[in-house]
Amino acid sequence: MNPLWWSQIAAVLRIEMKKTFFSRRGLWVYLLAFFPLVLFAVYSIREFGRPSNFGRDTNVFATVFQVFYLRLAIFFGCVGIFMNLFRGEVLDRSLHFYFLAPIRREVLLAGKFIAGLTAAIVIFTSSIALQFVALYAHYDAETMRDYMLRGNGIGHLIAYVGVTALACVGYGCVFLAAGVLMRNPIVPAALILVWEAVNNFLPSLLQKFSVIFYLKSLCPIQIAPEAGEAFSFLTIAANPIPAYVAVPGLLALAVLVLIFAAARVRRMEIAYVE
Amino acid sequence: MSGPNDRIVFDNVSKFYGDVLGVNRVNLSIPPGITSLVGPNGSGKTTLMNLLTGLIRPTRGHIRILGIRPDEPEQLFRLLGYCTQFDTFPRGFTGYQFVYSYLRLYGCGHGEADDLTWRAIERVNLVDAANRKIAGYSKGMRQRIKLAQATCHGPSILVLDEPLNGLDPLVRSETIALFKQLAEEGMHLIVSSHILHEVDAISDQVIILSNGYVVAEGQIRGVRDEIQEHPMQILIRCNRPGALASKIFEHEYVVEARIHADGKGLLVKTRDASRFYLALNHIAMNGVTIESIAPADDDVNSVYEYLIGPEEPTK
Repeated sequence: MNPLWWSQIAAVLRIEMKKTFFSRRGLWVYLLAFFPLVLFAVYSIREFGRPSNFGRDTNVFATVFQVFYLRLAIFFGCVGIFMNLFRGEVLDRSLHFYFLAPIRREVLLAGKFIAGLTAAIVIFTSSIALQFVALYAHYDAETMRDYMLRGNGIGHLIAYVGVTALACVGYGCVFLAAGVLMRNPIVPAALILVWEAVNNFLPSLLQKFSVIFYLKSLCPIQIAPEAGEAFSFLTIAANPIPAYVAVPGLLALAVLVLIFAAARVRRMEIAYVE
Repeated sequence: MSGPNDRIVFDNVSKFYGDVLGVNRVNLSIPPGITSLVGPNGSGKTTLMNLLTGLIRPTRGHIRILGIRPDEPEQLFRLLGYCTQFDTFPRGFTGYQFVYSYLRLYGCGHGEADDLTWRAIERVNLVDAANRKIAGYSKGMRQRIKLAQATCHGPSILVLDEPLNGLDPLVRSETIALFKQLAEEGMHLIVSSHILHEVDAISDQVIILSNGYVVAEGQIRGVRDEIQEHPMQILIRCNRPGALASKIFEHEYVVEARIHADGKGLLVKTRDASRFYLALNHIAMNGVTIESIAPADDDVNSVYEYLIGPEEPTK
């Protein structure tokens, strides 16, 4: 890789990191990310001194993670972070600053993606780690040590952090591409949300063309719709795929989407709407 | 002699925004020096500049800037700087950060970028305000910081969209002097302006646009010579304007002669300037002392008026 590209990516990062971490526009991303932390902290305070149920808490964590954190918090957080990388600059009428610099548009896209990804991963993985600590905070130290070191604790934590990071990669590239393609980000966000939501109802082949499919496979605890639950008869359970397929599969999907986005950015014009 | 690789070439370029015409069938070959784009609002000046810098893409045709395509920004902006008309900046930037960040994107290390940034900011006389947020700048200061950014990397082509807008008279004349100096150093300057007398003062050549079409291009005098339907106006300063008027009316290519308001000259309209100048030599030998002869309507203002209309062009 051309060494100039590295220094240009670093220059883009310097500009973008401040915007992604500290902009007022991104405040709701922090709210989404840290809302479960508040819930678990409150729960833990209430549970202090009560008879505890480790299995129940582990399932609660898995359910909140898959139903709220992955499908809503990270999803909409990535909408906020990644769609604004290009779309936000068009709205601010400042994208020409980058387009008038001697930088390949593909390098610009890479720099912006890395900036967005760094922000998303830092925010969401730090939150999930803190959520984990908060949920189990009402257990005594010895129980926690046993769970973390002799049980599944550390493995689960690493898995949740890993899935969170991969979710940021998967949703990040999808929303970066959507921000490049569409004028109105609400439309693609809604379409992708529906696509991800109906994932369970799709034929197993189509399920593979979604981010959530790979992420669910990597979660340490599977939560399947139980018999009798609403619409459970419509769900098609695709076999969870092993991590050595899911991780490269998701990364390959991300690379393909980024290549497509780069081709679009290469041809993108500056047309600020008056 | 200049070849295609030291010229800016538009080859049958058209740009449509949906059904709306931006520019149509533009063929240009722009040599070094100061070239002014002149035309009324919506004539296609900014479209032409945005096409040239790759911010928009032509619907048809090809553009080459010293042999480089506009869709190769990584090469193009090593030798081109563009001071746009967009009056918006990345959020939260100070003047210094605006120029410095551009140079880091260019690939400069910290030391070099810092040095070049201060030099560019000094050139536009903004040192005192460099560390203030651009959001608090006046229109003239914003214009100057854009100019600093466009010139900070020492480009050989400078594209300036209404660069004198918002500048006070002193800075305006300093900026014009800077443009002249840069052009003398062999730089291409493409300038759009609606202030015709300033265009006239600085331009080596003009491109006149109307409704998306190039209606004239070249050196002002050459463009003027080609406008046949308007007789050329010549102001002759002499001791006996009345006598001169009676003699020149003998020539059929003289359309009109008017004694100047101060009584010390004659304003002549002729359909054939070359023959008129020859005849004037003979007349001067017959007792009329001619002090000076100067074309009176080969400036941008007159050419603009003849080609587009009497209305002053606006941005």
